[in-house]
Amino acid sequence: MISFLNANATIIIYLVKIALLLFIVLTVNAYLTWFERKVVAHMQSRWGPHRVGPHGLLQPLADGAKFLLKEDPTPAGVDKFTYFLAPLMALALALTSIAIIPFGPEPLHIRGRDITLGIADLNIGILALFAITALSVYGVALAGWSSNSKYPLLGGLRSSAQMVSYELALTMSVVGVLLLAGSFNLRDIINAQAHHPERGILGWNVWPQILGFFCFFVAAVAETNRVPFDLPEAESELVAGFHTEYASFKFAMFFIAEYTSMITVSCLCTIMFFGGWLSPFPASWTFTHYLPSVILLPFGLWVIWDGIRYETIFGKIILPGVGAAITAMGAVLIAFPAVNEFIQGPFWLLGKIFVFLFVYVWMRGTLPRFRYDQLMSFGWKLLLPVSIANVVITAFAILMWGAR
Amino acid sequence: MTPQLAIFFVLAALAVLGALNLIIQRHPIHSALSLIVVMIALAGLYLLMGSEFVAAVQIIVYGGAIMVLFVFVIMLLNAGVEERTNVSKLAGVAGIPLAVALLGFLAAAIARSNESAQAGVESGTLANTKEISTMLFKDFVYPFELTSFLILVAIVGAIVLAQREKS
Amino acid sequence: MVPTSYYLILSAVLFGLGVVAFVFKRNVITIFMSIELMLNAVNLAFVAFSQARHQSDGQVFVLFVIVVAAAEAAVGLGIIILMSRNRQSLNVERVDFLKL
Repeated sequence: MISFLNANATIIIYLVKIALLLFIVLTVNAYLTWFERKVVAHMQSRWGPHRVGPHGLLQPLADGAKFLLKEDPTPAGVDKFTYFLAPLMALALALTSIAIIPFGPEPLHIRGRDITLGIADLNIGILALFAITALSVYGVALAGWSSNSKYPLLGGLRSSAQMVSYELALTMSVVGVLLLAGSFNLRDIINAQAHHPERGILGWNVWPQILGFFCFFVAAVAETNRVPFDLPEAESELVAGFHTEYASFKFAMFFIAEYTSMITVSCLCTIMFFGGWLSPFPASWTFTHYLPSVILLPFGLWVIWDGIRYETIFGKIILPGVGAAITAMGAVLIAFPAVNEFIQGPFWLLGKIFVFLFVYVWMRGTLPRFRYDQLMSFGWKLLLPVSIANVVITAFAILMWGAR
Repeated sequence: MTPQLAIFFVLAALAVLGALNLIIQRHPIHSALSLIVVMIALAGLYLLMGSEFVAAVQIIVYGGAIMVLFVFVIMLLNAGVEERTNVSKLAGVAGIPLAVALLGFLAAAIARSNESAQAGVESGTLANTKEISTMLFKDFVYPFELTSFLILVAIVGAIVLAQREKS
Repeated sequence: MVPTSYYLILSAVLFGLGVVAFVFKRNVITIFMSIELMLNAVNLAFVAFSQARHQSDGQVFVLFVIVVAAAEAAVGLGIIILMSRNRQSLNVERVDFLKL
């Protein structure tokens, strides 16, 4: 058994990493729905989910069970093969794109093996991501077509036109970053922003590429079909758009795909414009390395205190437990400096990703939906010219003053 | 059999099956889907040869733009199942055997050709993205500019064609 | 390591299938797709030669072919939309007049 493990260690490590990442992403997805409902509810002066578990924390579990147990009817007249293929394709492509994201600078050393954080480290990382994004149009378009119903068809048509249009702006807007980094590899792009460690936040790509960042983020929101670009599933016009005829687990697949691509886009924004795992503080400020514990310890203590005051017995048990775990994590980081050093990169990366996810939810809570002609003229007449201008300006600047 | 050869055969089989399915299927959307399979298999073959950039462009442009346009038009026109019309008898009697013979000749000629064709493609030996870009913007800069002109003409042409006439 | 001739044979087979599809299909859109298939087969040969001879110009040519294919698809699909609007059919055999 041991010898078998040693002989196939590389493959086994990959499989374990894939399984772990899949588990984490799906869990984060589930809690993202909870987070979204909770934040939007508070923005609209409501409570949001609060019945299932303390603060509604078990709501994702209940939703998952509901998705699995509901009846799954196949409407008459659908194109069977395409009807089943579409949600599978959407989910598979969304999950594949996560595999290219690197999650930390240093590999993990376990028993003489280096385990990099992240699954695939491709030379053409960003191009591969765009290739996957390009293919993900099919999930939506085919779902709309194969349902053999008018609202899904309209949703599918809208979304394929929208996604193809905004893909251009999406691709053009990162060219500036690629010119600065001189590489398609995501790790190289992050390392290019670390050239002046003493500058900290000022060395990130977002300052020279502010136009590019604006175009990228808007185009990326449109690519993921989120508010204010959610025309393919505009419930007031098209019932539920392309997934009207999908129920139960097939609907859940679209749902998971959408939230996973939200995570991917947040990762990409962070990596390309906000320095990835780099700390916003100058490298000489080593005391900022205690920031993870400084956040975790009070938060854990607050959760314990909140749990003790909670109304139900269940919450009185669960919440202090969770709070104790969080506090313990913070304490461990102080107790073991090596662990604390290792956690710095992933901490900043995940923190920034969380901020972007919050922005996504925030936009959903505030912005009204675009009209279709506004969407098209915005994409073609504003976003695309601005992103091309950004490429030209960046190229000239690099020609004049060099890449850094 | 080396792993590379095995991957080649899998991808080649996928491409050929996709192309066959394109012919067999009678609904345009199914044909389009099988063509997408062919394109992705070809992108895999480019990766196998070490041409990463071409592979990515193949999927982004062919898979993500051109084929989406096809699917979009099929959906827009609500194209139904293809009508069967009678095929010329001559095609069945003479055409298919001739096509097979031509293919056979081609394959035989390629298989028995000179050393360079037999030498084999090593993956990732040369031709990285940087070299392609240098070549594209130095040696082939005039054709490159011409293609941009071509695209412009195509955009204008497509708009003129698809525009409804104002009454 | 895969011999170049394998790639060339695959390219020939795909091109042949493209020709067969072009001749046999009756739907204009599918006929267009078979043209794309033939272009793809040629691209494969280009890349295979380029890698075998260690010269990049073949791959640059592939990029040009892709650009031409994109332009062709844009104009061609415009024509197809016009055609279906004027004749209510996508069958090539129904398009046998030079006027509307």
